[in-house]
Amino acid sequence: MEKIIFAGFGGQGVISAGKLLAIASMREGKEVSHIPSYGAEMRGGTANCAVVVSDDEIASAIVHKPTICIVLNEPSLDKFESLIESGGILIYNSSIINRKPQREDIKIYSIPCNDISEHNGSIRAANMAALGALLKVKPELATMESMKMALVEGISERNHKFNPTNIKVMEEAYSYLK
Amino acid sequence: MNNEELIYTKSKSMTQRETHYCPGCTHGVVHKLIAESLDEIGMVDNAIVIAPVGCAVLIYDYLALDGVEAAHGRAPAVATGIKRVHPDKLVISYQGDGDLLAIGMGETIHAANRGENITVIFVNNAIYGMTGGQMAPTTMPGQKTTTTQSGREPDDVGMPIRACEIINTLDRPVYIERVSCHNPANINKAKKAIKKALLNQKEGKGYSFVEVLATCPTNWGLTPKKSYEWLESTMIPYYPLGVFRDKEE
Amino acid sequence: MKNKILMKGNEAAAEAAVIAGCRYYFGYPITPQNEIPEYMSKRLPEVGGTFIQAESETAAINMVFGASAAGARSMTSSSSPGISLKQEGISYLAAAQLPCVVINVSRGGPGLGNIAGSQGDYFQATRGGGHGDYRTIVLAPANCQEIADLTLEAFDLADEYRMVVMILADGFLGQMSEPVVLPKPSGKTFSKEWAVGIGNKNKVASLILSPEDGLTKHNYVLKDIYDRVEESVIKYEEYMIEDADYILCAYGSSARICKQAIQELRAQGIKVGSFRPITLWPFPYKELKKATEGKKRVLTVEMSFGQMLEDVKLSVNGTIPVDFYGIPGGMIPTPEEIVERIKSYE
Ligand SMILES: Cc1ncc(C[n+]2csc(CCOP(=O)(O)OP(=O)(O)O)c2C)c(N)n1
Ligand code: SF4
Ligand SMILES: [Mg+2]
Repeated sequence: MEKIIFAGFGGQGVISAGKLLAIASMREGKEVSHIPSYGAEMRGGTANCAVVVSDDEIASAIVHKPTICIVLNEPSLDKFESLIESGGILIYNSSIINRKPQREDIKIYSIPCNDISEHNGSIRAANMAALGALLKVKPELATMESMKMALVEGISERNHKFNPTNIKVMEEAYSYLK
Repeated sequence: MNNEELIYTKSKSMTQRETHYCPGCTHGVVHKLIAESLDEIGMVDNAIVIAPVGCAVLIYDYLALDGVEAAHGRAPAVATGIKRVHPDKLVISYQGDGDLLAIGMGETIHAANRGENITVIFVNNAIYGMTGGQMAPTTMPGQKTTTTQSGREPDDVGMPIRACEIINTLDRPVYIERVSCHNPANINKAKKAIKKALLNQKEGKGYSFVEVLATCPTNWGLTPKKSYEWLESTMIPYYPLGVFRDKEE
Repeated sequence: MKNKILMKGNEAAAEAAVIAGCRYYFGYPITPQNEIPEYMSKRLPEVGGTFIQAESETAAINMVFGASAAGARSMTSSSSPGISLKQEGISYLAAAQLPCVVINVSRGGPGLGNIAGSQGDYFQATRGGGHGDYRTIVLAPANCQEIADLTLEAFDLADEYRMVVMILADGFLGQMSEPVVLPKPSGKTFSKEWAVGIGNKNKVASLILSPEDGLTKHNYVLKDIYDRVEESVIKYEEYMIEDADYILCAYGSSARICKQAIQELRAQGIKVGSFRPITLWPFPYKELKKATEGKKRVLTVEMSFGQMLEDVKLSVNGTIPVDFYGIPGGMIPTPEEIVERIKSYE
């Protein structure tokens, strides 16, 4: 069972990244749940969501100690770094996070999400870069194919025109991590 | 230090707290106008603000006054109770459009009709800000909200309600004005209106109502700049600015 | 697997209501249930239904009263402060024996409280939050699938017993997304000969002044219905009860935390099971009593100071000790805290 937290500024698309992952994993027959932070706590501050992916029924969908954490901004790194389970995974957005994570008992991946998004012509696809990196690091969660299907299912139709860019960003991030 | 001239300080009626409002939101502007007015009429230590349920629910954290938080829409009733106990204090009922014209329409009308000696500051941003952008009684025809996803349809839900015009049908209110805060010139006018409404109360003249046309860039889906333009081009033609009643005149 | 859709709890409730044939929805925005009115504002016109954003919760529940009196399936939803406002209308609906569904996606209280999920409205929901001698059926889902299934069923129960049925969820359940297989309509039909507007010259009212004992008699009519409901509408879920030494008793979100705690405790060799009431009224008194026979202790877990606890104690009736663990104010207990408490009994 993986307990995953996506965190960043409101507007960086962390809630929808979580949703896309949940859909992709669901399509592969996994049990999934997704809980966003919501309401006033999102005004101006950080947004996050918790996704659980499991082979069995999910008891609690609330994540106190994530096994994987994807952080897109520095306040989120500050908030979540210490909570990750020992042996867990941290993926962070090195484009705008200036400090280095401190933990030594987890695996840490740095990926320039904003840069990858921008040179593919979008300023809004940093969340897709994070997803691409996640699929590379934890292929058990979902395949790239399922993720592409999730982009159609989980994104409203009027935004489907952005999907070719979303896919390019995701794929570049996927191959960025060696 | 001696050579430097102090040209700006934060109003005494404001606390040091940073507001939680979104960029381009005009709630903060209206707070500041109230604070400056209270400074100028010397009532900083004698005013009580009633917080609405809406984005301004924490106004008592930003204004250095006594504060009371009312249930949704009930601020004029709460203000009535407070004012009757403390007739010498300035009681300010600060409300949004959902609060004042939907759930609290009854309280609004009856407090005005009794002519309570209070000041109502009505922040009309044509939307429910706090709950994430649903239709308000003041939402414009065709305006998209999360509960009018193809735009407000007047044949279904009626036209936006004009608060000043309704209050102007009642006998007791002494002062009713609609102002806007989409640019500096209008903010100056808004300041005058708010100050006058507070002064009326101080002088025991009776019920004053100031409607401030305001922005909610977040839920309008516009940049701050575009939201000021939208206010001017769409709201002002429907909600004409000006004094509806001034019993002094 | 193909027909599974990832849905928010709030959306699952709304779509299930549409499937149940609900064509009238009235509500007023309040977090954390806004997706219900938002969904209905878009969906109901597509199926020829009516969505009205009322000017208050008081107005919304009275619009439901009207639609229900006219024989239609109708629904409103809100969260705790708004449910408080609806209580007046719920009492009138109960008195007039009008069926409807009310969803409470509850949040932290009292007062304006906060917008996190909470279980502080149990007393209000199960004891009748409004005035007078009446009951409402209260269903407590614990996941998105159950929200859909129970909302669908709620309409049938409401029509069958001519009662208000409340779905008591919480902010976590409303905001959470999980795979949902949308339920099929039951196909049951109910004659509504009592409704107005069908040419029967019916009266829907709750004022009964004469004869002198008219209201008393009416109360007995209601009592008979409530007795029948207590006999036939009990729902609950047992989990790993058989060999358990300890029983966790919890509903909704906190029951899921308990399940996780049980898995962790079992891994450490401590035998724990759980009993989850799904109908909060009628409460499964007899069934819980039976499940706890011969056990060492019951631990009731709630996101409150202990409200269902009183029903658990009534049920167990002193036969074994009943303990409580809970947090009020929109916080959720952690599995570790429950594990610790159970281990302290060893
Ligand atoms: C009884 C009750 N119903 C609903 C709510 C949810 N609620 C909070 S603020 C709000 C509307 C706010 O809109 P408005 O008054 O226009 O203020 P704004 O946020 O736009 O300034 C609603 C419906 C509540 N707190 N209490
Ligand atoms: S949501 Fe709208 S009204 Fe509320 S703080 Fe943001 S801009 Fe202002
Ligand atoms: Mg508003």
